[in-house]
Amino acid sequence: MREKATVLNSSDMDRIIQRMAHEIVERNKGSKNLIFIGIQKKGVPLAKRIKENIEKFENTQIKLGKLDITFYRDDLSEKIKTDVNITDIPFEIKGKDVILVDDVIFTGRTIRAALDAIMDFGRPKSIQLVVLIDRGHRELPIRADYVGKNLPTSLNEYIEVKFKEIDGEDKVTICWI
Amino acid sequence: MNKKDILSVNDLNNEQILQILDSSDSFMEVLERDLKKIPVLRGKTIVNLFYEPSTRTKTSFELAAKRLSADVINFSPLNSSLKKGETELDTLKTIIDMKVDLAVIRHSDSGYVKYFAKNVNLPVINAGDGKHEHPTQAFLDLYTIFKHFKQFKDLRVAIVGDVLNSRVARSNILLFKKMGMEVFVVAPSMLLPENMDFFDIKSFKSIDDVIDEVDVLYMLRMQFERQNKKFYPSINEYNRFLTLNKTRFEKIKENSLIMHPGPVNRGIEISSEIMELEEKYPDKIKIDSQVTNGVAVRMALLYYALS
Repeated sequence: MREKATVLNSSDMDRIIQRMAHEIVERNKGSKNLIFIGIQKKGVPLAKRIKENIEKFENTQIKLGKLDITFYRDDLSEKIKTDVNITDIPFEIKGKDVILVDDVIFTGRTIRAALDAIMDFGRPKSIQLVVLIDRGHRELPIRADYVGKNLPTSLNEYIEVKFKEIDGEDKVTICWI
Repeated sequence: MNKKDILSVNDLNNEQILQILDSSDSFMEVLERDLKKIPVLRGKTIVNLFYEPSTRTKTSFELAAKRLSADVINFSPLNSSLKKGETELDTLKTIIDMKVDLAVIRHSDSGYVKYFAKNVNLPVINAGDGKHEHPTQAFLDLYTIFKHFKQFKDLRVAIVGDVLNSRVARSNILLFKKMGMEVFVVAPSMLLPENMDFFDIKSFKSIDDVIDEVDVLYMLRMQFERQNKKFYPSINEYNRFLTLNKTRFEKIKENSLIMHPGPVNRGIEISSEIMELEEKYPDKIKIDSQVTNGVAVRMALLYYALS
């Protein structure tokens, strides 16, 4: 994989995360009924940061769960994925406004799987989707409610999102496959 | 033909085994949900063929398959066409012709499951064949150990009792050694197979020889149903050398585990008194956890074999 260009640096990412945190609170008229669920792996650090931002300016505590969607994928027979991450949602989601977070939205199939998985845990009042990058090429009628950056791509490109917690640095790059 | 049979613990390499243990954690999480079902194997059909009685293994496999949304058929030879003179292999082929995706097979003859697996073109999981192997039991035992110790290096395991008649002993010795643990057996020579050299492990006569230095005490079930002649003089003799009782329990090393594949013959392998202590010592006596872990590990193995 060859790196083509840096799309976002660390301070760009900070600003976007802060902006999305405010948008979420604005649209939900506060943060009282919110819970966050990050999709493994890169959705988790993003969810954590947005949540911490809201906690700071709303002076509150918000719950954060982790969701691995491997078991809900529609392409199991095509791709073998053996490195399964843990799902950890140790609280009630019934009646909550769930903020579902992932780093990149592409075909929409991951989100379709995540919606199925969340429904198995209970019936939330609503589910709203946050992504850092929307790279287009949707294959399903799914859209994000909060988008960090729209980044039209071609199919032979790949978006790499890095987070300090996992990769040691904050950076979004566009790469050739 | 590239199907993923699990006939022996040696059918998976160390890396695959660690992946099974890893994904078992995820399947364990599913078992703790209110809605204990995930759609991974939706549309797949699994047949359970048990030519030998079984409660826990069969139920465990059936539950594991159902938690993964697979359809399960239970075939029991007692009320089947075997009675009409069909051979066992032909019966199996008939079932497979009905478009089944995987077979879980238990048979009282060693090697029979492998014979089945060779003659059909779908993945087969060995749920116990004679005195040969019981790989899924070994994997769930390994997971139980891994959950507690988080690693295998330098762990010492004593496998106690009827090694001769036990397929669990055979699979566990092979698997535990493969993962880097030191394994002993504790049994009188009449309960050891003749070819013990094959395993290349130390053996002891009494549980007292090892009790204060092992990390895992693995008690085997006395296989009365497989002993058509008498292999051990008396229950008193067994109690003297091999039974885990109160006195011995007090000598056990700190941070060690007591395991048993079940069902326990109370008063033989483990005294009733100790059996009642599991709730009090859940970090030490793992017999109930083994059963729970068994469902998660079998989910992981079914997922592995079918993906």
